Amino acid sequence: MTVETGAFFMRDRRRHPPALSPSYKTSVARSPRLPLLSLGSTMSEITGPVFGHGDLGPLDNDLIRNFASTGDPVGERIIVHGRVVDERGRGVPHTLLEVWQANAGGRYRHRNDRHLAPIDPNFGGCGRCLTDETGAYAFRTVKPGAYPWRNGANDWRPAHIHISVFGTGFAQRLITQMYFEGDPLIARCPIVQTLPDPAAIEALVAPLDMNAAVPFDSLAYRFDIVLRGRRSTFFENRPEGN
Amino acid sequence: MPQPLDYLKETPSQTAGPYVHIGLAPGAAGFEIFHNQLGADIAGPDAAGERISIEGRVLDGTGTAVKDVLIETWQANAAGIHAHPADPRHGEVEPGFRGWGRVVSDFETGRFVIETVKPGAVAGPGGRPMAPHISLWIVARGINLGLQTRICFADEPEANAACPVLGLIEQAHRRETLLAEPAGPGAYRFDVHLQGERETVFFDI
Ligand SMILES: [Fe+3]
Repeated sequence: MTVETGAFFMRDRRRHPPALSPSYKTSVARSPRLPLLSLGSTMSEITGPVFGHGDLGPLDNDLIRNFASTGDPVGERIIVHGRVVDERGRGVPHTLLEVWQANAGGRYRHRNDRHLAPIDPNFGGCGRCLTDETGAYAFRTVKPGAYPWRNGANDWRPAHIHISVFGTGFAQRLITQMYFEGDPLIARCPIVQTLPDPAAIEALVAPLDMNAAVPFDSLAYRFDIVLRGRRSTFFENRPEGN
Repeated sequence: MPQPLDYLKETPSQTAGPYVHIGLAPGAAGFEIFHNQLGADIAGPDAAGERISIEGRVLDGTGTAVKDVLIETWQANAAGIHAHPADPRHGEVEPGFRGWGRVVSDFETGRFVIETVKPGAVAGPGGRPMAPHISLWIVARGINLGLQTRICFADEPEANAACPVLGLIEQAHRRETLLAEPAGPGAYRFDVHLQGERETVFFDI
């Protein structure tokens, strides 16, 4: 296996939400105001934790089964699948993906969620998987419901799945949210709208993928994830800074 | 028109939100589901070096503790080696040492505790040793893109003075925002200030 040791491409911060996004009120007091200190990739950034199949259980990527006790969870059964690649388009193999979401009614299994929609006794709402050698991943779940949240007087989150990805270096660490094609709440959501670039928003909307749907069983959505690229090591490995 | 560059663009970040614990630390959310909770043991049972615990809080711009924060830590072992194949000496890392951890703040007090071993120095820019440090990645509701910073140790004055990364911080007094203060044998205190007079130095790495 080739080990990637090149420095990471500079992050294009216009692609991400600014720390201070006043329409998302919680960001106001939680956003740094001073400039970030630019640091080249040192050994501490080009490395990161390595995970293996021993870290996972056999049902971890099946949210329909991994918490069920008396039957299947309520909701529209879906498969979410895609590839994790880097900015050079190369698959990121054997990297850890973790997902969490509300149940079909829009309620999280979390001690701090007070939404009036009911907890589903058969749904935990989290899962995890490793990408294969090509960077491909898949998990099965039920489509999450929209839910209200305290921001504006009547703000609702569109249906979404939270996704965390590692990559091969700590500098690639990313958490994002996947939205569903056609949801009218996407355009109204203050968290989605923290993204200044409409093309960046589109990159978070998963299309319906009927070719991956299982007839009489599950619909499917496709969601590809791009992590930061890193320099090739054609000439020399110089992890200590470009 | 020149040929187009065919690079893809990084997937945009979105906040981890208030329920990040469900996905990354379900025990803290209030239920058991997986056979193991990843990141619960940073150094493993057989790691060499000094056992330390770092206690602190993440404070917002009003001075209020952030009570729903999740922090990931990443570090070398006591000999300065990372458990990763890009580190040429990774074969020497103690079995069970991953060097990566997850801690969540207490929902009532905002207090977090990192229990690990003190890392050794790691070569930095130009081969100059960086002061012993633990890299942090901080996510929470209201944080749109994970924040990167480092913990260094106030009781390593020579290593800190020679550290090429601490030396990049133009305002000398701001270097102190990255120093964990000794608070008893093996104990340190480290607060993160998201904004305000003592705003922590965050990195673009
Ligand atoms: Fe959510």
